[in-house]
Amino acid sequence: MTALPYVDGNMLDGPLGEVFAVDLSTATGRCAHCGTPGPMAALRVYPYAPGLVGRCPTCLEVMLRLVRAPDRAWLDLRGATVLEFPMPLDRPR
Amino acid sequence: MGIVTPGFTGRPRAEAPDLPPGQYLTPDFPVLSAGPTPRVPRDQWEFVISTETGTEHRWSWDEMMALPQQTPTVDIHCVTRWSKLGTTWRGVCLDTLLDGVDTAADYALAHSYGGYTTNLPLADLRDRQAWLVHTYDGEDLPAEHGGPARLLVPHLYFWKSAKWVRGLRLTVEDTPGFWETAGYHDYGDPWREQRYQGD
Ligand SMILES: [Zn+2]
Repeated sequence: MTALPYVDGNMLDGPLGEVFAVDLSTATGRCAHCGTPGPMAALRVYPYAPGLVGRCPTCLEVMLRLVRAPDRAWLDLRGATVLEFPMPLDRPR
Repeated sequence: MGIVTPGFTGRPRAEAPDLPPGQYLTPDFPVLSAGPTPRVPRDQWEFVISTETGTEHRWSWDEMMALPQQTPTVDIHCVTRWSKLGTTWRGVCLDTLLDGVDTAADYALAHSYGGYTTNLPLADLRDRQAWLVHTYDGEDLPAEHGGPARLLVPHLYFWKSAKWVRGLRLTVEDTPGFWETAGYHDYGDPWREQRYQGD
């Protein structure tokens, strides 16, 4: 019997937990619309809305949306093709 | 006996009997914005209804203003929990705009200058429940509140009342809009407190 080429999403807890434990403001993101990379801390965030909307400072398209309900949250990053996080060298991978 | 104890039922008291659950009354008109405010000159403004067959119905500003106008006074309820009672608007009833539109669609996706979208059942835009408004409280609708013209669908949470609205895409299938793809409820009835998906 051959092992499946994938495992269930529970294995993401560790890796994603590590990523989301870092300070997002130290991350670099690339805009999916115009391709410009830059620090996430440079996004234009519109907080006076039903959720947080982070826009690319170059083209003003949406890179990030975060909606927070009392018991749930939704994070939409379809407008960011990739995020880069600085990681401490001494943290085991 | 005879002693009324506020809060005895355990339910939070609304500040006014006309408020949906979880809402508070505000005399202000808060400005909510998910992006930069589009500035659309009236001579370049247009409103387009496209049907599921690709037919387009267009109105210029002057054509829209030449249609029969109504002055609805309605209560509005924002999902961020403020409500404002007795707001007065002026504009065209959506029934008037949909009157000559031949469609079998069940849904509408409102889309705006600036890229915002929100979805509604087409039935909720009919029967004198929705307007395309250009005037608030007797004055031209300011850009920060959605001018030159916005949708007004007061029986649903106010995010459905798309600011800077440019048109409606009528579709057979429901297409979730900007907030509806990020956790907010597809329908958004304030009286049933349909804020988030699954509410
Ligand atoms: Zn960009």
